[in-house]
Amino acid sequence: MSDYVSMWKDLGMDLESHDLLCQVLPTAVGDVFLTQENRPKGMDFWDLVISEVHGIRPKELIEEQKKGRKVFGTFCVYVPDEVILAANGIVTGLCGGSQFWVPGGEAVLPKSTCPLIKASVGARLGRTCPFFRIADMYVGETTCDGKKKAYEILGEDVPMYVMDVPQMKREKDILKWKDEIAAFAQKVEEFTGNTITVEKLNEAIRVINEKRKALARVYNCRKAACLPISGRDALLMMQISFFDDPVRCAQMCNKLADELEQRIADGVSVVPAGTKRILVTGTPLAVPNWKLHNIIETSGGAVVCEEMCTGTRYFENLVDETQTTLEGQFMALSQRYMKTNCACFTPNTGRIDDILRMVKEYQVDGVIDCSLKFCCLYDTEKYGVSRALKEAGVPVLSLETDYADTDAEQLRTRIGAFIELLNG
Amino acid sequence: MKTKYCIGIDIGSTCAKTVVLSQDKSVLLQLLQPTGWSSVDTAEDIRRRLESAGFPIEGGAAVATGYGRVSVPYADKCVTEITCHGRGACHIYGADQLTVIDIGGQDTKIIRIENGAVSDFLMNDKCSAGTGRFLEIMANTLAVRPEELCSMAAEGGGVSISSMCTVFAESEVISLIGRGEKRENIAFAVVDSIVKKVSSQAGRMAGGQGAVCLTGGLCGYPYLRQSLSDALGCEVRTAEDGRYAGAMGAALSALALEKQQSAEK
Repeated sequence: MSDYVSMWKDLGMDLESHDLLCQVLPTAVGDVFLTQENRPKGMDFWDLVISEVHGIRPKELIEEQKKGRKVFGTFCVYVPDEVILAANGIVTGLCGGSQFWVPGGEAVLPKSTCPLIKASVGARLGRTCPFFRIADMYVGETTCDGKKKAYEILGEDVPMYVMDVPQMKREKDILKWKDEIAAFAQKVEEFTGNTITVEKLNEAIRVINEKRKALARVYNCRKAACLPISGRDALLMMQISFFDDPVRCAQMCNKLADELEQRIADGVSVVPAGTKRILVTGTPLAVPNWKLHNIIETSGGAVVCEEMCTGTRYFENLVDETQTTLEGQFMALSQRYMKTNCACFTPNTGRIDDILRMVKEYQVDGVIDCSLKFCCLYDTEKYGVSRALKEAGVPVLSLETDYADTDAEQLRTRIGAFIELLNG
Repeated sequence: MKTKYCIGIDIGSTCAKTVVLSQDKSVLLQLLQPTGWSSVDTAEDIRRRLESAGFPIEGGAAVATGYGRVSVPYADKCVTEITCHGRGACHIYGADQLTVIDIGGQDTKIIRIENGAVSDFLMNDKCSAGTGRFLEIMANTLAVRPEELCSMAAEGGGVSISSMCTVFAESEVISLIGRGEKRENIAFAVVDSIVKKVSSQAGRMAGGQGAVCLTGGLCGYPYLRQSLSDALGCEVRTAEDGRYAGAMGAALSALALEKQQSAEK
């Protein structure tokens, strides 16, 4: 990624530290992705993007900024991309997924904060991630206490807007979220200097819906008994979709889905027949966190679905495209987003329904419920998730991990034993 | 030709256990040795010992398990210690409905067996509370051997350790020593801490059918077994060969592997 040094310098990055981060990435990509056999040709695009993850897309973002567009960095699938897009803004996901940034986060946050938050704060304060430097405004949300407090710290360093996500799903909460979206729209208009019109918002809704449909098409292919793509590859596609241009993302995903559908028709599978099919559920896997998928798929299992923010929660449910007033559109957005089943809500039985449905849809043999350390919300939900799955006769393994590689062997033993259990 | 016997090797964090089984599942040889600092050297030493006992590696299928399983280059297959302990315990206790509690050197496992196969399991996380290592460190601090600590504990009482972390618990023990607490009472507190941790883990798997049995290096300590039985409110069974459960399970896996291979031929 040497061609981008001057760009990183202009972004005020700590080049020396950043070099250390860049050194480990190629090995990780090589070990996790390039060792796989019979990968879909369509993965070339994501291989390229990840190989220059701090170069290609950041450069594009800077070009757009030069034309006057604003970049909004987000941390949650509850933040409505449509509103930003309607004001000609650009959305980029910012969640940190590397242990590299954790010590930087721990310098200001309690140790008992989840690694995703620590990494995100560390990436900003350590000046070692171009996306965190490029974003003109960060958009936070109140999905957990750790994030809420971390946003206060980040807000001292960068313009920060926080959306107040309801904690329940009553009718009045859906109305409240609609109001939050409307208030956010106003903020985005002020920040970008562009007015959000019904036409622009409808076009943005259409664009993001198309992206969701394309991601869903790829996931749909993973439901086939003949598995045309590995979990690792699908995860990479999903992770990159958070910071790619939505139109190109949809094109690439559709192209990949074409290939996968053909593979299914031709009976081409990436795993031997009888390989146990695993649904992974829990907290998000932000790039470059591939630890769990890598261990599962090198222990004789195949990941066929992620019931996660970096997974089905990102693309399931579409926004109604027929509204003719902003008020109606904001309500349509609220209704769609409030269908997402995050553990910050109480009760959150919808998530269990989703998991049970996906077990059937994706022909799942076993579920691995994995949360990041110190994520009290998802950790607590493991109890209900595992009880519901056991009642349904579906084997489940509950795990907790962080970004460090130190527990890889312990995880390998548990996951290996789980797959042995499934194999009988 | 690989038909006469099968070998199971369990390289744990503290001890390496080896079992040789005949085709009719009777035990032909058991070996026990410290793992030492190199699993690779231990594996090589086991190979030599097997050869001199008349069971060369070439003569039978071998399965390796335990955390050092990947360091056994001559094994035909690696199987996790959870599956092996489950299988081994079924064989040793002659039951196909069981809850197995394995207190190992660096981890504690609770394994549920239904119809002779593992149906669920739990393992402690990275922390060493409630493991053999915890007992070892505390025994060192009290200048006794682990089995002595367990016998002493039977004579003590009235003291408890609140820290789950081994390092903090050790400093609690040192404070107790400092204030002149009787060694028996401190030993009691150490065993009590292990029993509480293990029984709360086992409680998460409550509701299973069949007996509860203890495997691993600590199953020869009567007081520990008794305390665990009291805490769980049911009789915890132990067996003489309990610490070989993992190696036994590995040998049974080797037997199955061999049958599968000869069926394919």
